[in-house]
Order: sequence, then C-alpha cells, then structure tokens
Amino acid sequence: MPGAIYAEGLVKTFGDVRALDGVDLDVPEGTVLGLLGPNGAGKTTAVRCLTTLLRPDSGKAVVAGVDVLKQPDAVRRSIGLSGQFAAVDEYLTGRENLHMVGRLYQMRAKEAKARAVELLEQFHLTDAADRPTKTYSGGMRRRLDLAAALVVSPPVMFMDEPTTGLDPRNRQQLWEVIKQLVSGGTTLLLTTQYLEEADHLAHDIAVVDHGRVIAQGTSDQLKARTGGERVEVVVHERDHIRTAAEVLTGFGKGDTTVEEHTRKLIVPVTGGAKLLAEVIRELDGRGIEIDDIALRRPTLDDVFLSLTGHVAEERPEGDGAPGSKQDTRRNTGKDSNEEAAK
Amino acid sequence: MSAVNDSMVVAHRNLIRMGRIPEMLIFGLIQPIMFVVLFTYVFGGSITVGSSSSTQAYREFLMAGIFAQTVTFATAGAGAGIADDMHKGLIDRFRSLPMARGAVLTGRTLADLVQTALTLVVLAVVALIVGWRTHENIGKVLAGFGLLLLLGYAFSWIGALIGLSVRTPEAATSGGLIWLFPLTFISNAFVDANHLPAFLRHIAEWNPFSATVQACRELFGNLPPGFNASDAWPMQHPVWASLIWSVVIILAFRTLAVRKYRRAAG
Repeated sequence: MPGAIYAEGLVKTFGDVRALDGVDLDVPEGTVLGLLGPNGAGKTTAVRCLTTLLRPDSGKAVVAGVDVLKQPDAVRRSIGLSGQFAAVDEYLTGRENLHMVGRLYQMRAKEAKARAVELLEQFHLTDAADRPTKTYSGGMRRRLDLAAALVVSPPVMFMDEPTTGLDPRNRQQLWEVIKQLVSGGTTLLLTTQYLEEADHLAHDIAVVDHGRVIAQGTSDQLKARTGGERVEVVVHERDHIRTAAEVLTGFGKGDTTVEEHTRKLIVPVTGGAKLLAEVIRELDGRGIEIDDIALRRPTLDDVFLSLTGHVAEERPEGDGAPGSKQDTRRNTGKDSNEEAAK
Repeated sequence: MSAVNDSMVVAHRNLIRMGRIPEMLIFGLIQPIMFVVLFTYVFGGSITVGSSSSTQAYREFLMAGIFAQTVTFATAGAGAGIADDMHKGLIDRFRSLPMARGAVLTGRTLADLVQTALTLVVLAVVALIVGWRTHENIGKVLAGFGLLLLLGYAFSWIGALIGLSVRTPEAATSGGLIWLFPLTFISNAFVDANHLPAFLRHIAEWNPFSATVQACRELFGNLPPGFNASDAWPMQHPVWASLIWSVVIILAFRTLAVRKYRRAAG
C-alpha cells in the first residue's frame, strides 16, 4: 500500500532546466520525510507538485490516498502547506489571518473563530493576536504561517524550508512545535538545507540534487554509507596547508578536503585515537603549527558532501567549480550544526 | 455557493487592508483632483467643446472624462495588489486551499470596486466645489455613476491579469498605468472628439472608454451646447456601447485571469 505521500517518476521542466528529473518518494503514514538538498536541487518544485500548485510534466502523485493530478481539490482538503516565505497577510492581525484561512477551508465563521483562538494559544501568539503581523518578528511570522497550515488539522503536512532565515532560538522553538505535531500522527514532508534539521526531525531522509533523489534512508543508514571517521585539522599558517594536506593524505583513506579560507583540512581515516596521535607527531615533526585538531564521527554533512560530491565529479565541466560549491554548502551545514549545539 | 462565500472572505480581507493603508486611497485621489483643478483652471476657456468655449461648458464636459479616467486607474491597484500577493507567497497559500477558483481574483476586484466608489464620491464633491453641475434627474445621474463603476470593475480584471503576469508589484503598477494614458487621451475625455483629425477621431469614437464618457455626459446632462454626436454607433448609443464594452471586457479578462491564476507559478 502506498504511503500518505507517494510519488513516482515526477518530472518537471522549466525551459531547459529539468527541475525534477524523475523523483520517487514514499512516505508512510505518521512519519516524517526530510527532503534534503542545496538551493535549486528541486525540493521546492517537488513540494509544489505534491501540493497541487504545479502540474508535473509526467509522473504520478498520490497524497492522502487521492490522486493529485486527477482530484486536486480533494487533495487540498487534506493538506496543510507552510511555505518558504511566511505566507501571511502582513496588514491583517494574526487572528484575522487564521480566521480567513479557516473560512477558506470552508469552516463556518464561528468555528473558524474558535479555531483561531486555539491555534494562537498553541503557538504562543495570543498576546500578539490583534496586532497586524507586520509588527511580528520573523519567528512569530513563521509560527503563524505554520498555524495557518494547521487550521483544519490536516493529516498530511508539507513544510518548505520552515526554519530558513530563523535565528537558532526560533529554530529550536519551531522544531519543538513540529515534533509535537508529528507525535500527534501527522504525516510530514519537510524540505531543508540544514542537515542538522533533517537529522533532528526526520525519520527518513531523501537527498535531492539536480532534480533527483540520489540517496534515501534513515540518518544512520546514510551515515553508514559514508564510512568511518575523519580527522579535521586547522593549521595556523596558510602557507602550511599544502604540506599538511600531504601529511594527511598519507594517513587517510581517501582524498583530503581543503577549505582554504578557514585553513581547515579534512581527511577520512580508520584507526581512531592512535592514528590521531601519529598525525599530530608527524605534523609537529614537519614544523606545522596547528590551531585545532579533532577526530570526528561522520555527520550528515559528510554524507551530503560525499553524495553531492559524486554528482559534481560526474559532470564533465565541473572540475573547478564544484569544489568551491561544496565548500559553501559544507559551511552552511556546519553553521547550523554549531548553532544547534549551543 | 462557496464561490460567493470565498469571494466575500477575500474581499473582506482586502477591505481590511485598505483601511490599514489609507494612504493608498489618498494617493489614488491626488491625481484626479489635480486633473480636475488643472483642466478646469488651465485649459478651461481655451478648449472649444461643441460650439462653446465657455469655461463653464468645458468644466461640465470635462468631469465625465476625469471620472472615467479615474475609475480605469483601478487597473493599477488590482494589478499591484495581486502581484504583491504572488510575491509574498499568499497566492500559493490560497491555491493550496480548497477554495473556489477565481475567488481570490473576484474578491480583489470587488474590494477595488468599493475603493473606486469611495474615490468617485470624493471626486464628485470636489467637482461640485469647482462648479460642476448635473442637469438630469437623480436616477439618470446614478445610472451614469453605475456605468462608471462597471467600467472600473472591468478594468480591474485587466489589472488582475497584469498582476498575475509580471514579476513584481512595481512592474504591475507601471504596467497597469502606461497604456491607460494613450487610451484615455485618445478619446473624448478631455476634448471634443469631433475636433480631432479623422484618423484619431475614429479611434476615439470606438475606444471603449469613450462610450462610457459619452454615456455619462448624456446621463448627467453635461453635453455642451451645439454638440453633435458623430454617426459612429457607440457615440449614437453610448449607454449600450458602454454596457457591452464593460461586459465583454469582464468576460474576456476574467476568463484569462482565472486561467492564469490556476497555473500561476510563484
């Protein structure tokens, strides 16, 4: 039996760009799928196709047991969508926004009013309920947007980058809300660029790049695919990067990744603490001063890097550019890691 | 049923917005008031309408033109509003809801109709202050305003289509206004079309906009002395021409806009 969200061979092209290039998804009822990928990978297009906003060129999609292409109206009754940009009317108050959405879900006025009060309470917006949302903070707006998506307690929810642009505290708060929601049995498809977010919230993660799902599994399964540990070194002098890379490659089980601007080098290894000690001795022996060195377990960042890295290598013209691209992606992931850790 | 209901919910939303951004209404009034004053005092007396070049004759002749031009500016308002909703992701939200197709656009155009009505009331008062008078019974005068509102409503559907077709609200504003100037100036709004060169005169006579202006002049009793309507059908039957034009515009642009809305990509 297909899950609450099911897609098979979804293709969508915009001119020459294949935004979706045959996407298959299957999200069992009551679970969370994290759609993880860089900007432009096709995450938003996938969500738009599944929520009836965009008609795919080909493929099949079933949401809450209803064919998306054949009965879009029936699908709309069973879904809630919370978008990348908080889609609330900035001149309406929080209460008015929720009331309007309730009415458009075909609730009676009284029912919609009562539901608005409930949601404002649940999302800690009661104090701000009668202020135009223009005066809300980014986090408050996101919460209101999410509340609007939940007006009819839909069985299936879609969230397109729900925490993009939020500060760590607000992100943390929103995560709590999402967790509560899911514990109530809602099926959720969530897109994110933040690896930590997918790790934190999703049962299953689908990594998307260039309009395709390039890997899918639990966070642990994906990490296992990437393999063991790695050593991360930050050298003190920029001039030492090259020598340090030679040293690390000597110890490593693969290529050394270099982040020039942070003077950081990363190499996959096996051998644990003993190997780390040897690396330190060798670097010291060559007179390379280090600011930081650590042995790390793989994170979803690494999974992501290695997966999208492969894709980049397969592209004939992608010799120089993908490397720098990876760097920025990596840092994005890293930031969110650190923020979340605090 | 839900189509009416949903349209009302959206119209209500847009009216709340209007109340919270009163400057929109105020700025919308500045230009027509300026035109009333400028045309009355600068051009009045130097433009011959019918066989009269008196200031009073032009003043009364002019008002229907300015009223009609003002209602067509609803195009820009509707366009900018809908483009803004697209830009902010609200259209996506609406499209993901189980609501009637077209209700978002109908709600918007209905709210614009209310705004147009308010604008007309203020403008009529200003016109009365500078000396505009009607010479027909109240029923006819109200019918004239009815035609103006219908024209405004029709043009707000053109605006809706523009709003859905452009990328930014700014583009919708200029895209909604630029073509209105030739449209409203190559018409009988500010000059007696009979005095135009033949080529322009033909355009002016068949201009949908001219039909409403002419109809209002008849219904307000504002035709200047010695004015002979041309033989062109819309000028002979301006009330019918105005009604037909407005209805045709509504049907055509509503169809196009709703289709566009259903496919809208944010």
